Parts: sequence; structure tokens; C-alpha cells
Amino acid sequence: MSCCFAKFTSNASSSCLPCLAQDKNARPLSLSGHVGFDSLPDQLVNKSTSQGFCFNILCIGETGIGKSTLMDTLFNTNFENFESSHFEPKVKLRAQTYDLQESNVRLKLTIVNTVGFGDQMNKQESYQHVVDYIDTQFESYLQEELKIKRSLHNYHDSRIHACLYFIAPSGHSLKSLDLVTMKKLDSKVNIIPVIAKADTISKSELHKFKIKIMSELVSNGVQIYQFPIDDETVSKINTAMNGHLPFAVVGSTEEVKIGNKMVKARQYPWGVVQVENENHCDFVKLREMLICVNMEDLREQTHTRHYELYRRCKLEEMGFKDTDAESKPVSLQQTYEAKRQEFLGELQKREEEMRQMFVQRVKEKEMELKEAERELQAKFEQLKRLHHDETSKLDEKRRMLEDEINTFNKKKAATELLQAQAFNTNANIKKDKDRKK
Amino acid sequence: MEENDTDPTEQVPCTNDSGPEDHTQDHATLNYVGIEAVLDQMRRKAMKTGFEFNIMVVGQSGLGKSTLMNTLFKSKVSRKSCTPNYEEKIQKTVHLQSVSHVIEEKGVKMKLTVIDTPGFGDQIDNDNCWEPIVKYINEQYEKFLREELSINRKRRIPDTRVHCCVYFLPPTGHCLRPIDIEFLKRLGEIVSIVPVIAKADTLTIEERQEFRKKIQHDLQANEIRVYPQREYDEDAEDRILNDKIREKIPFAVVGTDREHQVNGNKVLGRKTKWGIIEVENVAHCEFTNFRDLLIRSHLQDLKDVTHNIHYETYRVRRLNDSNVNGLGLSSLSITTGENVL
Repeated sequence: MSCCFAKFTSNASSSCLPCLAQDKNARPLSLSGHVGFDSLPDQLVNKSTSQGFCFNILCIGETGIGKSTLMDTLFNTNFENFESSHFEPKVKLRAQTYDLQESNVRLKLTIVNTVGFGDQMNKQESYQHVVDYIDTQFESYLQEELKIKRSLHNYHDSRIHACLYFIAPSGHSLKSLDLVTMKKLDSKVNIIPVIAKADTISKSELHKFKIKIMSELVSNGVQIYQFPIDDETVSKINTAMNGHLPFAVVGSTEEVKIGNKMVKARQYPWGVVQVENENHCDFVKLREMLICVNMEDLREQTHTRHYELYRRCKLEEMGFKDTDAESKPVSLQQTYEAKRQEFLGELQKREEEMRQMFVQRVKEKEMELKEAERELQAKFEQLKRLHHDETSKLDEKRRMLEDEINTFNKKKAATELLQAQAFNTNANIKKDKDRKK
Repeated sequence: MEENDTDPTEQVPCTNDSGPEDHTQDHATLNYVGIEAVLDQMRRKAMKTGFEFNIMVVGQSGLGKSTLMNTLFKSKVSRKSCTPNYEEKIQKTVHLQSVSHVIEEKGVKMKLTVIDTPGFGDQIDNDNCWEPIVKYINEQYEKFLREELSINRKRRIPDTRVHCCVYFLPPTGHCLRPIDIEFLKRLGEIVSIVPVIAKADTLTIEERQEFRKKIQHDLQANEIRVYPQREYDEDAEDRILNDKIREKIPFAVVGTDREHQVNGNKVLGRKTKWGIIEVENVAHCEFTNFRDLLIRSHLQDLKDVTHNIHYETYRVRRLNDSNVNGLGLSSLSITTGENVL
């Protein structure tokens, strides 16, 4: 039997940031010719392209603030949304999935809209539905991941990658509903605040408004999504954009002729607000950041930060730990087995209890029935006796009656006899009288 | 719970592709969205994080495994070249040793780990000589599984799983030997195997063809699955491509790290009295095909097959086994513990 002595170098560095150069045990080597693995990123991209991409956006904002219009403008299609009423009793979320394609890239886009947000009189429960929805998506991913037979690469990822929070263009400050909602969501999703209907605010007001919003967010500890600045290729543009948050956007799907081009714009009697004009609004910036530059990062953050946090909390909540009381590493299976035994034990106890209760009940019922039977028997006896008494009384009466009848008959007979005798005697006397004459 | 409205995958008005595409044809610049920029983003991310690739070489000693690895990656990646004072010894037992290097080409960084198996097939009694190898491969899967299941897991789980196993067949010209068949059968189930005919310069072209046909026949007769596996072809296009590759398996390769002058060019080759065997010449040997398959076109696919298929198979088996023994995760959700039984 050959024994195995496997000696292998340790794994890549255990720091969170994956950096191959930091691996102490892998020596850098120079190549003496062209090997060809520089095509690896292309291979990877080709594979992903054939599989398609997935992107999910959640739009939170009051009814009528322009969420659907902005989505239409952003993705250049008509998503066939109808206007919602203002009278929804509760906040609902409506999710719709679309397949978009641009050149050879296929995108499965899911847009989730809140319906009735901020319409209720009592807004205390408004954010809860949103939080629940986000958690549900994490939950279904977690369940898929924990299945034994799973197909993660075919799984339609429904986790929210970006949350666009629409701020009403009041020009003053954030509403308390906004603050509360964003605070609840900042650890679960990447929040990108936008100022909706920005064509109602003047430039100077807008500037003040933006500063006010950002300072309020900071002072309340709300962590919105920061565009990543660690990659040199995009750090410059991302840093600049970070300074423009929140983006003041205008959405429009109608086209107006400006000069000799048709542009997306909103036409007013006093002028035309061009959506794609950077002087008029920040729409182009939003599109750049959301789609062109950071879509992949948004997806990555959702998976590696928000989802991991959810997973960790959820598993810890259920009692799973990585190390047990003695700080020895405990595998998920061991914890699970312990829990399972505990659960089985409890189940057995409950079963026992139920059985006991059942037996008890049966006994009680039996006693009741016996009691009833006894009562019934007693009643029967009593009735029988009564009946018997009645019968004997009646018998008695009958006898008496018969006696009387007999007596009467005797008397009658006697009287008749007397009468007959008397008549005979009379008849004899009359006969005698007749003879004497 | 939630109303029907919140189900994201329910009856959905999916606008089909013709919608936006028609638009793009009408007003080209007007309808720019920028979705295709995501490809660049992916590329950037991949370049930044780098890649990992673990390749295992299996074969008797003296078949040129280390040389081939060095030729493949154009640098001294094999264990032999890295260990100072290396002496060629026949091992008494099968050892597994791995060496890691970080190589870079045009900005793409790759951590390459070559796992060598000295001692394989070298003993008089080679019974079960594949066991240490099977054990090693399963250990790597186990490590990955454990990390994946832990509560606080790393952002990027270090991947030490064997992505590809190159099996060296000695150029006998006959057919597969029992040790080959045993090894290939067992390992074909858990890892992607690419068999090659080693030291192919001892066979003529016709002999190679014959040998290849016999091997292919043997592989089929024993139901051995080598990479690219027929069952994992994704669509018709894939099938056509992979069928072409399958016709050429196993590749007849020659390895060297010496360069010689041929017709004024410097080429990699082996110089003999009767001529120079050019390694990268398709007429001389199939090294180029082998390299192209392994590195230039199917490297990512090898990793994907390992992750999506071999690893998942291991995971299912492992979790089911644990279940049978009362341990492990049930197929129902672990979150609704109440449903477990």
C-alpha cells in the first residue's frame, strides 16, 4: 500500500483583497516567450457574454416622482408602465424583468418599483416592505447556495444590485421618511440617491440642496454607495463623480428638435430642458456611473459585501458558528447535527406530551360516558318502579271496581228476584180476587 | 407573505430583442445605453484580480513531464528546475509535490501551480498507485467546500483544486496498458484529464495515427471520459468544436527547452543526428495544438468544468454521505430548520 505524503505549498494570501503578488510562496517568474494566456480575460468575457448578464435595480420614491420615466430614458425603451394610483393602502413592490440587447451583450434587467411609497397617512411601515423584499431575494439565493443539488451558474440572480433613491426636489432638505428608509437600507443594498425632476430647481438652489443632502446623510450615518477609486483606470472619473452626488436627473422619452438633431427633452414655454445635456442635468453622469463604469462593481459589492453580511447574520442567528466554546473550528455539519439532535429530542418530547394528553382525554371521556350510563340506568330503574307502582295501583282499583260490580250485580239480581216475587204475589192475589168474584 | 406583484419572475412583459434593436438601427447615437461597457469592466476586474491555474502531471518517470511543462509555459515551472541540487531518484512511493509561480503576460497575472507525481507507475507492484492522487484531488475539493461553508468566509476562496490533469502515455505504439486504463477510469470521474502521447518523436506519423486510433478505441471501450467531455457540450456549436478536438486526442507531443537555428529562425527543437525536431511545427508534432487547447482557448473552460461539474459532483456526494450518517445539510432549506426530518 503506498502511502501518500502530500506536501503542498500554502494557499494564496488570506487577506481579503486578492492580490497574487502578495503570495509569499509563489515565486514570480519571467517567461522566455509568448505562452498565450493573455487571452484569458477574453476567454472569460466570451463565456460571460454567451451566458448573458443580470442586473437588478430597485427604484424607491414617491408616486409620480418620475421613476418609470427615468428608467425608460436610461435604457432607451418603453417599459410599458402604467401610472399608479395614490390610494394604495400599503407599499407594494412591483418587479418586472426585461431582456435587453446591445450589440452582442445580452442583459437580463429587472426593475423593481415601489408602488404607493409615501402615500399613506401613516408612513411608519413604508420601508419595511422594501427591506423584506431585499431580504427575500438574499434568502432565495442563500437557499439555492445551500441546496445539495444546486445550479448556481444557471440561477437567475434576483438580488438587488443598485437602489436608486428618488429625492423630491423640495430644495430644502431630506424628508424624515427618506432618512429613515435610507438608514435601514444602507447595509443591505448599494444606495445611489438621485434628485428627481431636477428641472424644477435652479442651479444655485441645486448646489445648496446637494450640500445639504450630503451633510444630512453624513451626520445621520447613512452609507451610500461610493464609486470605487482603487482602480487607476477609473479612479479619476469616479472621484469626480463622487463629488457630484446626489445626481440631479430629468427623465424624458419625448424627442424635441434642437438645431438639426432630435434629442430627448422636455419642452416648456420658456425653453427646452435637454436630458443629455450636462449643463442641464446630471442624467449623463448617472448613466455613466450606473451602467458604463460601475455595473460590474455594483454586482460585486452586492455579492461580496451585502449578501455575505446577510448570510453571516442569518446563519449566526440560527446558531451556527465557526468555532465552538473551546475555540476549536466547528464545521457547519457538526453544528447542524447538534441542532438536529436537539430538535429531534424536542420533537420526541412533544410527541410524548401529546400522547399523554391524548390518553388523559380518553380517560376523562370514558369516565364521563360511564357516569352518563349510570345516570341513565338509575333513571330507568326509577321509571320501572313508578310503572310498577302504577300498575299495582290500577290493579287494586280494578279489583275494587270488580268487587263493586259484583256487589251491584248481586244486589240487582236480588232486587229483580224480589220484584219478580212481588209481581208473582200480586198476580196471585189478582188471580185469587178474580176467582172469588 | 408577498403579493403576486413582488415575484420577479412571474408573467413578465419581456420586451424581445427586436424592440431596442430596431431602435438602434434608426437613431444610432440617440439610443446609446452603454450596456456593452460591462465587458470592459469585467476585463478590468479580471486583470486586477489575476487568475489561478492548477495543473497536475501524471506519468512514469522519464516520460518528459517536467520538460513538457517547461516548454508549455516557456519558463522553469517544474519542480525539478526549482529545487536546487536536484537528483533524479526513483521514489519508493507516490509523492505529490506542487510548486507555484506567478507569471505575467501583457498585464495578465496568473498563479500557476504544477503538481508533480513522482513515483507513479514506477514500482514493481503498482496496485492502487492512483490512490494518493485521488486523495489529493478530493482533499482540495474538501478544502474548498469547507471554506465555502464557513460563516465568515473569505472574499475570494483560494482555489487549489486541480483544473487539469495531463496524463502521459508512453509511446509504445500498441494500446492502453492496464495501469493506464485503471487510472483513467477512476480519475476521469473526478477531474478533467488530457492524455498525451509522450516523447512522440520515437513514432512516425503513421505509427502515431495507428496508436491514436487504438487508444481512442480503448477509451471508448472502457467508457473513459477525457476532456472535453461529450456530456458537457453546451450547444451544437460547442459540440462541433469539441468533436474536432476529440478526434485529435491524445496529442502526440515533444518537449524541449533548447533553441536551435532552423532556416535562419530560432526555434525550439530537439537536435538529433538525423535532423531537428521542431516542437512548434505542426508537421512534426502536436505540441501547438495541445498548447492552444490548454492555454489559449480552453483554459477558462477547464476551470469552469472543474468548478461547475466536478466540484459540484463532489459536493453532492459529500453532503449526501454526511446526511446518511446523520450529519450535513438536508436538501431542504437549512433556514427552515423546522422542516427537517
